[in-house]
Amino acid sequence: MDKTNTIISVRNLVKNYADFTAVKGISFDVYENEIFGLLGPNGAGKTTTLEIIETLREKTSGEITVDGFSVDKDANEIKRIIGVQLQAAGYYPNLNLVELMELFAGLYGVDIKPMEMLEKVNLQDKAKAKFKALSGGQKQRFSIATTLLNSPKIIFLDEPTTGLDPQARRNLWDLIIDIRNNGTTVVLTTHYMDEAEQLCDRVAFVEHGEIIALDTPDNLIDQLINSGFERKKEVKKANLEDVFINLTGQEWREG
Amino acid sequence: MNKSYNNTKATLALAKASFRSITRSPSAVVFTLAFPLIFILVFGFLGGGGVKLDLAVAPGSDMQNPVIIALQHTSVIHLITDQSDIELHQRLEKGTIAGVIDVHKNIVDQPAYLANVKYTSASMDKGNILKSILNNLMYTLNTKDLKPSVAELKESTVHGRTYRTIDFILPGQLGFSLLSTGVFGTAFVFFSLRQTLVIKRFFATPVKRSSIILGEGLARIGFALIGALFIILIGHFFFHFTLIHGVTTVINMLLLSTIGVIVFMGFGFVVSGIAKSESTIPPISNIITLPQFLLSGTFFSIENFPNWLQPISRALPLTYLNDAMRQVAFEGAGLWDVKQQILIMVIWGIGIYAVAVKVFKWE
Repeated sequence: MDKTNTIISVRNLVKNYADFTAVKGISFDVYENEIFGLLGPNGAGKTTTLEIIETLREKTSGEITVDGFSVDKDANEIKRIIGVQLQAAGYYPNLNLVELMELFAGLYGVDIKPMEMLEKVNLQDKAKAKFKALSGGQKQRFSIATTLLNSPKIIFLDEPTTGLDPQARRNLWDLIIDIRNNGTTVVLTTHYMDEAEQLCDRVAFVEHGEIIALDTPDNLIDQLINSGFERKKEVKKANLEDVFINLTGQEWREG
Repeated sequence: MNKSYNNTKATLALAKASFRSITRSPSAVVFTLAFPLIFILVFGFLGGGGVKLDLAVAPGSDMQNPVIIALQHTSVIHLITDQSDIELHQRLEKGTIAGVIDVHKNIVDQPAYLANVKYTSASMDKGNILKSILNNLMYTLNTKDLKPSVAELKESTVHGRTYRTIDFILPGQLGFSLLSTGVFGTAFVFFSLRQTLVIKRFFATPVKRSSIILGEGLARIGFALIGALFIILIGHFFFHFTLIHGVTTVINMLLLSTIGVIVFMGFGFVVSGIAKSESTIPPISNIITLPQFLLSGTFFSIENFPNWLQPISRALPLTYLNDAMRQVAFEGAGLWDVKQQILIMVIWGIGIYAVAVKVFKWE
């Protein structure tokens, strides 16, 4: 894979709120067709950074380009080539999934077949259901389906697996990898390090509005080991999650 | 990738989605259709009878005499014959009957009968009507066989359109329906779309803010007009609501409804902007809708209000919508004839949207 084509470039991004600085001059690049992870504790500035790139929030200073478009001048061009999944976003009340898909098709100005989009995320059986009636995993899959409507070059997923059970989480990983394999760049945030390790080609650690490390998960782990770090307890060949999956099965649960 | 983005398509997609959502929302259907229809039903069945007077016949009164028989044939009078003296006295004090009549054969020959009538100060207005009905009745009975010596009264009635209660009530209810749809509907929708980040998700698409407002507005106006048409048709076919020029009158009423709902939506935008939480929307909306509901001639003509209250009534936009609706429906006025009312609504509209632009919040 060619990893040198930069699709998102962030330079010295600063975001001040009235009483504090959420982002303190961070810089990074996202390469075309990779899964890029922004990791860090709550309040570190991950979501703020993401929303500024998505053109949903004004920045205080810095330069950002997305596929050659500047967030200052070409916000509308950027919106047309990205897909955005917000943390805890709701959908228009009283509509079923097909109707919501039709709405988003209109908003993006694209012609799509709602059922085909739902099939992509395996929600065809829920076509007539309301968003509210979906399980956590189904909600996230639907949200991801809405990000794919305009065949975007980049999709942004803000904590897509928070609150999901292990099966739904693994299922979503497969979906995200599929999307990447179809040529879409994925930028996501997460609190789960096993997820980042499995999923992300490169990760950036964000803390107090600054990037404190950026590399592939492998390199970051190697660096730590080389510095003399050792786990207190010898790692076994399986962990408790493996036990859980082994006992309860791989298949999707719609609970 | 296709370079031209179609704002109209986005607006229409939003209007369609919003319209579907409104028709599935119980509160929208209740406020726009159910409440006004219930009021119309109640007043539709109540009205039409005009004034009714309850006149009690005292126990022991003679029943077989020309006075009582004549009273029984007077349509305005409802005779009560089965109550005791004590009950009648109580009802007189409360004013729930207009009076008590007691007729006796006279001991001497002339006149043949004596009629004692007791009125009540608790119901003076009805008492006065009763008094004139009785005077008229006595005069007719006493002069049956006499030629008038001074002048004879010849009465005739001009046949005009019957102004039914429904002709007053329906335009008022229509106005109320438009007011609640405009204020409550708009306020709740924009507040909840903002709270649940639906609007934020929209902003991540290329849609324009104006398309969001326009799409929502189209859906709400469409829904309000369907509601209005429904109310007008029910009123016309079931309660003989007067539509003087037929279809033209209906179209004029719908045009007035459009102006009305646009103005009232402005209030809704303001409420959605100033409400701090979902639970503060109903009280704030009620502050706007209730006074108009009560003071804008929805149920009673504002002429009946005390003088100090009338200027307030005449300041409210619903007063002018109701007034224009009544003139159009019953008197057959065209839109140009009610231009003054329309102008005042437009002025309200400009004012309220100026405030809405200041206080409206997107996120």
